[in-house]
Amino acid sequence: MAQTAAVKQSKANARAQKQLGHNTWRKAFMQHYWLYIMMLPALLYMIIFNYLPMTGLYMAFTDFSPFNGDTILESVFGSPFAGLKYFKKLFTGPDFWTLFRNTLSISLANLFFAFPAPIILALILNELRCKWFKRTAQTLVYIPHFVSIVIVAALTFQMFSTTDGAIYHVLTQIFGANAPDLLSDPKLFPTLIVGQNIWKETGYGTIIYLAALSSVDVQLYEAAKIDGAGRWQLMWHVTLPAIRGTIVLMLIMKVGQLLNTSYEQIFLMQNSMNRAASDVFDTYVYTKGITGGQYSLATATGLFKSTISMLMVVTANKIAKLFGESGLY
Amino acid sequence: MTMPFTHKKDEVRATGTLEARTPGDQAVQVLLYVIIALVALACVLPFIYVVAGSFATERELTERPFFLIPQDVSLNAYQYILKQGDVFRGLKNSVIVTVIGTLINMFVSCTIAYPLSRPYLKGRNGFINMVIVTMLFTGGMVPAYIMVVNVLHLGNTYWALWLPTAMSAFNMIIIKNYFQGIPMELEEAAIIDGSNDLITFVRIILPLSAPVLASVSLFYAVSHWNSYFNAMLYINNSDMEVITIVLRRLVFLTTQVAEDSTFDWGAAGMPPIKAVKMATTVLSTLPILCIYPFVQKFFTQGVMVGSVKG
Repeated sequence: MAQTAAVKQSKANARAQKQLGHNTWRKAFMQHYWLYIMMLPALLYMIIFNYLPMTGLYMAFTDFSPFNGDTILESVFGSPFAGLKYFKKLFTGPDFWTLFRNTLSISLANLFFAFPAPIILALILNELRCKWFKRTAQTLVYIPHFVSIVIVAALTFQMFSTTDGAIYHVLTQIFGANAPDLLSDPKLFPTLIVGQNIWKETGYGTIIYLAALSSVDVQLYEAAKIDGAGRWQLMWHVTLPAIRGTIVLMLIMKVGQLLNTSYEQIFLMQNSMNRAASDVFDTYVYTKGITGGQYSLATATGLFKSTISMLMVVTANKIAKLFGESGLY
Repeated sequence: MTMPFTHKKDEVRATGTLEARTPGDQAVQVLLYVIIALVALACVLPFIYVVAGSFATERELTERPFFLIPQDVSLNAYQYILKQGDVFRGLKNSVIVTVIGTLINMFVSCTIAYPLSRPYLKGRNGFINMVIVTMLFTGGMVPAYIMVVNVLHLGNTYWALWLPTAMSAFNMIIIKNYFQGIPMELEEAAIIDGSNDLITFVRIILPLSAPVLASVSLFYAVSHWNSYFNAMLYINNSDMEVITIVLRRLVFLTTQVAEDSTFDWGAAGMPPIKAVKMATTVLSTLPILCIYPFVQKFFTQGVMVGSVKG
């Protein structure tokens, strides 16, 4: 008897709680209906252009063909299930290790050279005492960020072309006939891509570090100077710790992008001569999928890539938190 | 943040004043100025060269590898571009795509940023996670392509350039963080006056957010103006070509200028192939460089606000 009463009571409690929850949702909506209505465009956008395409990843596990259904949706979801066939095809295919090596060599080069560049530039800018000089320099170094990658590619061709490139001409003066042909030598392809990135994004990348640097308490520097710290000690013990959080944050984001090469850029710089080094996962997805019509293989490649990227962001974030940083989320 | 400021006390040595500068210190300082000057030059020299080259004769462009002031000024390239029309059509199309695209971006981003910036919004964490997931994981190129072309039938319309990029989660969060920083008291006063959330947003929050709205608009506008891949993917009607497509065609693909026999290139007798490439580069960069000085003070602020997590 006593037990049933207890059960009844707990059920009533649960019901009350549920009702309460229901009520507060309803109340929240009644009170702030405009807030929920305002969110609709963005929610719709995310559902249509982010979440529904994620369901299309199902294609990676089927033998997709546009003729498997009357409408495209029927073909996407009605094609015969193929399990991991296309993943096997991707991993055992002759291209896989080439793609893997090319992708990693470009993105690791980016990580090692393009990532530290804005930090170094920000540290140098931070040391400048002449205000107008610093401000002018900042204005100028941000500019390349705002031009299209197509323009960067065009400028690269105009500068490095072996027939009339201005910089190539300088290189021939130094190296003679052995002058590096950046535009077509496969060995130099990562250099080319990373060089473009450094030119385009270093200046702009300093903003976030300069912001972190400007928030350092000046008293710390003064105290350190009284303690006899030199320029390098100041940098090592005061400045760098102050921007460590920002560096870690940016690093996590970069790590997540390791398999994402900028395909616009690679697509623009790719040519028949450097193809051995310039075929990466992103261009593979494009050529197999969009132009080649092999949707299942291309989707499987895309899924492989985004899964690895996500795992790397999550892992990097975990590691950052283990080391006491605030992390990305 | 804690400052690991555990200096070894025994290393303290007496210095005269705080601003004491050794000759070595001064040399380093000079070196730093030189480095920054060189970096800044490296950023702008290519542009100056291209501007100079666009006004140069074809002969000079072939003979001199690098110059910043052309010996003979020639307007052939610009005349060709004016008459031929592709570049100006591309510029016009890019303006349309950029202006409407940015308006859509700002509408979609601000209308979700405001609710998400309110701590009392029920379900807020769920909605924020929904946004963060889109930053971490995507369906990839092929499903997105199918959605735009086969499901929504947006191919060959500008909607294909506007809708798939209607919101950037990153930019939205910048706006959201800024809204969060606006003192709640202002809003409470409005609510006491009988205002609802929408009116508060339009009358109070938006007018107070000019800096972040300006910088995020710039980010969106720049990405529309510069976008190339989506235009290549979704638009294959030459009347609708945006400037980046025209630029790529003129710079990389065709020998159109050389083959165009309807133009008389004057005494030099050479079609301005290189100069046209350079002039196209100049014209497509110019609009951004014109806006840039006016918004520069805003966007540094915008990036900084965005770096504060919320």
